[in-house]
Amino acid sequence: MIKDFTNGIVKVNPIFVLALGLCPTLAISTSIDNAIGMGASVIFVLLFSNLIISLLRNVIPKEVRIPCFIVIIATFVTIVSFALQAYLPALNESLGIYVPLITVNCIILGRAEAFASKNPVSRSVLDALGIGLGFTLSLIMISIIRELLGSGGISVFGYGFTLPFSPATFFIMPAGAFLVMGLLLGLFKKVGVIR
Amino acid sequence: MNELLALFIKYALVNNFILAMFLGLCPFFGVSKRLGDALSMGIAVTFVMLSASVITWLIAHFLLIPFNVQYMEIVVFILVIASFVQLIEMFIRKTSVSLYRALGIYLPLITTNCAILGIAEINFREGFSLLGSVASSLGAGVGFILALAIMSGMRERLEISDVPESFEGLPIAFITASLLSLSFIVFRGIGL
Repeated sequence: MIKDFTNGIVKVNPIFVLALGLCPTLAISTSIDNAIGMGASVIFVLLFSNLIISLLRNVIPKEVRIPCFIVIIATFVTIVSFALQAYLPALNESLGIYVPLITVNCIILGRAEAFASKNPVSRSVLDALGIGLGFTLSLIMISIIRELLGSGGISVFGYGFTLPFSPATFFIMPAGAFLVMGLLLGLFKKVGVIR
Repeated sequence: MNELLALFIKYALVNNFILAMFLGLCPFFGVSKRLGDALSMGIAVTFVMLSASVITWLIAHFLLIPFNVQYMEIVVFILVIASFVQLIEMFIRKTSVSLYRALGIYLPLITTNCAILGIAEINFREGFSLLGSVASSLGAGVGFILALAIMSGMRERLEISDVPESFEGLPIAFITASLLSLSFIVFRGIGL
């Protein structure tokens, strides 16, 4: 049981090991606030879609399972999108189009197909939390590097520090995202965390 | 006319879907190993993107807005795209075997490709007209093919070059994409 939770953080880390959900990872890792917001949204959607799909796993016919999964996921994405618009308009603005795109994040559909549709509710919930946390932690890791180098400091919800030299804007540009991701993947391969 | 051209250039070069907006990265890294595959995938994505933006525009303006249910946009768009892709797959399989062999295997992958839902959402949120949606999706498709073609050319060469062991495969592909993305920054100078 505990393994279902811890697997998602290192062993099957969605970003660095499975290389899934790359679009939001690279696009919104420009600041730590965005990373936390995106991570929380994905955890919410993943948790509830895994829960519902696992509950309905014996009801949904095999042939039309993918459309069913997508509709369930899209419903929770709509809920997240409304919650963000209502309570965190600034975050909603900076995440922009990547909020609706959580629907097509391969991590969520992947977990629905590979895990929740075959396992009982308790295990599916733990799996969702583990994978979601693994996604969020990786996202925060990338965004710490990019924000520190690209914006010249760290700020989390208004608290933080700035570095005494001018920032290398390159790192918050799209090219910087690809570079940081490539270097991190290479580094993890070198130390043997991933193959 | 100028407006449409500006939209086309904006999504083909300035806001390139792959290199500036990170939409459609899975096929970008998955299929870009050989030029032929990359072109087939690019054409399939462009075709679906163009049709999807026309269909979602019609649905948005004749169903969602008149009945005041814009909040259903995400659910409706993804359902329409998924069933449309399925329809194309069935149609191609019945009509042309050779076309199905060339494009068929990419079609199921396209449903969960962020580029498709991305262009539908962009058109909807920016409030483009029907022609504007066509221009932006054509631009996005051409930009997609361009990035995929350049990348596959570079990766064909990478395979025979001497890369540090731990950087083989995906890591070096990301670093190559970084350089490619850096070179696309020059297009930001185009005043639109």
